[in-house]
Amino acid sequence: MTRIERRALLGTAAAAAVALPGRRARAQAANTIRIGVLNDQSGPYRDLSGPYGVQCTLQAVQEFGNRGFNVEVVNADHQNRPDVGVNIARQWYDQGVDMIIDVPTSSVGLAVNNVAREKNKAYVNTGSATSDLTGAQCSPNTVHWMYDTYMLAKSTGGAMVRAGGDSWFFITADYAFGHALERDTGNFVRAAGGRVLGSVRYPFPATSDFSSFLIQAQAARPKVIGFANAGADTINSIKQAAEFGVTRRGIKLAALLMFLPDVHAIGLETAQGLVLTESFYWDLNDRTRALTQRLQPRLRDQVPNMASVANYSGTLHYLKAIADMGVAASKVSGVEVINRMKAMPCDDDAFGPGIIRADGRKLCPSYLFEVKSPRESRGRWDYYKLVQTTPAEEAFRPLGEGGCSLVRS
Amino acid sequence: MDLFGIPAPLLFGQLLLGLINGAFYALLSLGLAVIFGMLNVINFTHGAQFMMGAFVAWMLLNWLGIGYWGALILAPIIVGITGIILERLMIAKLYKLDHLYGLLLTFGLGLIIEGLFRNEFGSSGLPYRIPAELTGAWDLGFMFMPVYRGWVVVVAFVMCLATWLVIEKTKIGSYLRAATENPALVQAFGINVPRMMTLTYGAGVALAAFAGVLAAPIYSVNPQMGSNLIIIVFAVVVIGGMGSILGSVLTGFGLGVIEGLTKVFYPEASSTVIFVVMAIVLLARPAGLFGRS
Repeated sequence: MTRIERRALLGTAAAAAVALPGRRARAQAANTIRIGVLNDQSGPYRDLSGPYGVQCTLQAVQEFGNRGFNVEVVNADHQNRPDVGVNIARQWYDQGVDMIIDVPTSSVGLAVNNVAREKNKAYVNTGSATSDLTGAQCSPNTVHWMYDTYMLAKSTGGAMVRAGGDSWFFITADYAFGHALERDTGNFVRAAGGRVLGSVRYPFPATSDFSSFLIQAQAARPKVIGFANAGADTINSIKQAAEFGVTRRGIKLAALLMFLPDVHAIGLETAQGLVLTESFYWDLNDRTRALTQRLQPRLRDQVPNMASVANYSGTLHYLKAIADMGVAASKVSGVEVINRMKAMPCDDDAFGPGIIRADGRKLCPSYLFEVKSPRESRGRWDYYKLVQTTPAEEAFRPLGEGGCSLVRS
Repeated sequence: MDLFGIPAPLLFGQLLLGLINGAFYALLSLGLAVIFGMLNVINFTHGAQFMMGAFVAWMLLNWLGIGYWGALILAPIIVGITGIILERLMIAKLYKLDHLYGLLLTFGLGLIIEGLFRNEFGSSGLPYRIPAELTGAWDLGFMFMPVYRGWVVVVAFVMCLATWLVIEKTKIGSYLRAATENPALVQAFGINVPRMMTLTYGAGVALAAFAGVLAAPIYSVNPQMGSNLIIIVFAVVVIGGMGSILGSVLTGFGLGVIEGLTKVFYPEASSTVIFVVMAIVLLARPAGLFGRS
């Protein structure tokens, strides 16, 4: 399950690290930073990060280069199960993994959050969406990258309400992520004077037929059906909504979390016109295009999306903090590593300049995109039109409103 | 008008949708029941073979330009042949052993096949469009019924009926049934029993692939599309009575409806309700509703 990919970055000395006896091996271990990429490699979220997230992490390690210490990357599949995720995280931290990154599926992401805190290690979550990671369950050992349910709700939900969609029905994945996304979006709808007519929660990940829920949603006569789900579930929801003629009855669809590979799987014919929010698009600007080009050999026929590329960004910033504070100091306390990451400004080709707030939230702009029609698309992966940009300072929940204990102290 | 606190039109809609899902359960459990009835093998590769049916349909369209109707015939044949190869090379060696060995082998094979497809095609799936002849929908008043879903129910029902007729009413079917009871005696009459078993496995697999082609336009064609279903379908077979053809078909449709109703009254439990039914049935009638103990 765990494939170890070594990158010996200390030139000749490290290249001989096959079987170093005694003290030298220990010295070698003490001078090695281990990063664990923990994500879904076999289920509905695999294509969002999975093996691509691992490759993006490796790319960051490669670009970071040799700065006097080794970097080793391990990876594992948590199968979207909190028990599996917690076991791997515990084992990794005990065996000397210094930082765990990625961890999609909010239930797993929150569970690993507790493990990192208990072991006082660093945790960079780039996969879970729940805004609780920097809210009620925030931790001094954790940074949350690129997106959360509040940011998605504000951008996509806000845009739909402004366009006249003031009554909503939710179809929600029945676990931490779906609940958080429904809650945060519902708050925006109500704050804007709209109404939430109802919701239906379906079992995750064992559901592939959404027709029953779509009919229930239709019967409530909302103006908008909000899909508080992700990955293969969103794909099936939208395909089946088209099949059952939901939009032909004047109901709008809000895909509250949709990634580029999802649009690819649905096909532009069905997906055209949907609005969605991401914090990264490969064709956004010169820097993202340059990064995409550098990543191409690793990703084969895929382009990076916000989830996989957040591993690149998070790893790069983490390694900069390690270089700044020294490997030995970083091994002492995960909290200190995270504090150093918060103290340093971020800047990379994926998300541009940014900062990490006291509650662990990494700030970046959010982009509202509209999916192109087949006619507008000029080729493979040319899927989005930029509709609106929310600047980093406004994209996320205000610092004081999350209920994070780190902020009050 | 309200029934049990739910508007009647909504309830009718759910019953119909339940029947449609039941059609898939029936088709898949039928193949599973045929294989178990004749070969005594619990074929856990069935979900993967269902998925292969959908993928072969996609490949036929995108690589060879053969559309839905061609795929409906060709994909089951192609996947059926892979089943025959599998049976000859591996499964046939386990007939004399306990059921458990066949179950473990086919379960493992299913995981391997799924993994291979995931490596090649990813997990988010591939688009496959509804054939032009079957697009559109009927407005039934209480709901909007896509033509394609109606087609699925009809064709699944016809297929189930045909399979039942072949096994219960034809000469070949009688050989098959006889070979299940006493293979040595049937062989003594000059009938090639091993070949018959191989072809039976191929036919069961072809049924799974047929269901896969039917499913391709509805669900995204993705490697894990079968793994969710196989556990449910296995429960259907257990409830219906292991090896009972009629039992698995009726149970398939019936449980689809029960699941559909659960999605209205208590959606959070819709993935577990079938297993609750299974537990109750096993306690009351260990051989299943239609099984012979």
